[in-house]
Amino acid sequence: MSKPLSNIVESIKPSGIRKFFDIVSEMKDAISLGVGEPDFDTPWHIRDEGIYALEKGKTFYTSNAGLKELREEICNYIQRSQGISYDPLSEVIVTVGGSEAIDIGLRAIINYGDEVIIPQPAYVSYEPCAMLAGAKPVIINLKAENEFRLTAEELENAITDKTKVLILPFPNNPTGAIMEKEDLEKIAKIIIEKDIYVMSDEIYGELTYKNKHVSIASIEGMKERTILINGFSKAYAMTGWRLGYACGPKEIIKQMTKIHQFAIMCAPTTSQYAAVEALKNGDEDVKMMRQAYNQRRRFLLNAFKEMNLECFEPYGAFYVFPCIKEFGMTSEEFATKFLEEEKVAAVPGNAFGESGEGYLRISYAYSLENLKIAMERLKRFVENLRKQK
Amino acid sequence: MRDELLSLIEKNSRIDLKELAVLLEQEEIDVANEIAKLESEGIICGYHTLINWDKTNIEKVNALIEVKVTPQRGQGFDKIAERIYNYPEVRAVYLISGGYDLLVILEQKSLREIANFVSDKLSTLDSVLSTATHFVLKKYKDHGTIFDKKSTDEREVITP
Repeated sequence: MSKPLSNIVESIKPSGIRKFFDIVSEMKDAISLGVGEPDFDTPWHIRDEGIYALEKGKTFYTSNAGLKELREEICNYIQRSQGISYDPLSEVIVTVGGSEAIDIGLRAIINYGDEVIIPQPAYVSYEPCAMLAGAKPVIINLKAENEFRLTAEELENAITDKTKVLILPFPNNPTGAIMEKEDLEKIAKIIIEKDIYVMSDEIYGELTYKNKHVSIASIEGMKERTILINGFSKAYAMTGWRLGYACGPKEIIKQMTKIHQFAIMCAPTTSQYAAVEALKNGDEDVKMMRQAYNQRRRFLLNAFKEMNLECFEPYGAFYVFPCIKEFGMTSEEFATKFLEEEKVAAVPGNAFGESGEGYLRISYAYSLENLKIAMERLKRFVENLRKQK
Repeated sequence: MRDELLSLIEKNSRIDLKELAVLLEQEEIDVANEIAKLESEGIICGYHTLINWDKTNIEKVNALIEVKVTPQRGQGFDKIAERIYNYPEVRAVYLISGGYDLLVILEQKSLREIANFVSDKLSTLDSVLSTATHFVLKKYKDHGTIFDKKSTDEREVITP
């Protein structure tokens, strides 16, 4: 064939993670700290509900926006956790993971040439999804000295008259940073003043270790301009079930449902029944997992302290983001050498944007036993590097 | 700290103070004091090891015995329970709601020893009305731990 393929798609760089993945998968006995999904199994009562749904023959499409019962439970959950009320019939859509919600949410609001503000380091999908929707991504490079939070000043400087939407990815993958209520109030003021939308990706919202997560949609004047995205993958360890959702103004949800209806039809039915159970009876599981993550987080931060490795204290998700600038190597060089010499895989920070250069993403979705071995090796590795200097 | 401390040492009683302090974000001395307190309050009653005896050459037979008894005036079930739990071969005694009164868990070297215990010791107690003995054929899970659980990481090694 001689006809060219899509220019937009061809202009998208392949994920930096992919490259590293290929190197790691060659190495059979490496310990990986590179995983972005929980190590827990989906709690049994949730799996059981999925099995039960299959046994009863609940194997048909659901309505496009998702099972009504599930949408009601989602609204109950957001009401009790954030105090925001959404109408299950018009303001919620159940999607194939949070990732689909990001994609169709952007497509629903963007016109060609609109600007999408993306604070980085961030999850790898926002930029390509914005580009595929025809937008121009505008990157804010978040700073370590602000603990990788988004400041009002940074936001204000990035806004132009073409700005359509801000993507707000907190608690953050890869940094573990959170935005607290005061931080959100400061940026909300500007968002309202400049009249832009917000896509708030709160997939790690249940995993915070300081105060309870606060959604920007709960701040006055924000609900009507926010697409709130969440899902079941991280909180309930349900990554493979592929189930997420978006809540927002009914005008936006209506357009999103249109895209979803034609591209996807509906989210997997088995997963939707299991998710109802997760929301009804899963609070204790989430609490148990949060406690385990928190213990590992403390363990890692203490290990970094003992080896004098600089790292701000992250209060969210299941990642820590130590700084490796002192060794005079790029993130990729450091990660590759660490993998070759100590057989431990951690993802180079620059895979999540330029401002991640000089950092490593270390996931603590691993057992303490694993983390202990990995930290012993990291300690030996950095001590050797320092000796060589 | 108490709840989290208990749930940690319930799973791993060999965990050392230093590690506990890190995981709980507390000072070692405070953790040590709290453990001492839990012991003296009788909340921590022992530090045992969970053993899958089926994998050893040592023969152990376990039985669950349902016991119906006549409660005694003024002392209810406690007196008769005490007479039963004082036998060292009795591993556990629970007061149970429903069709019978006490559940007695017994561990012995052989079937015969269990039979002897039931016929000679348990049934002959004055307040015992009847017993029903169930032998354990296989233990799949004990104390929240699944025996023979394979733990392989099914996840892709690197994901965003």
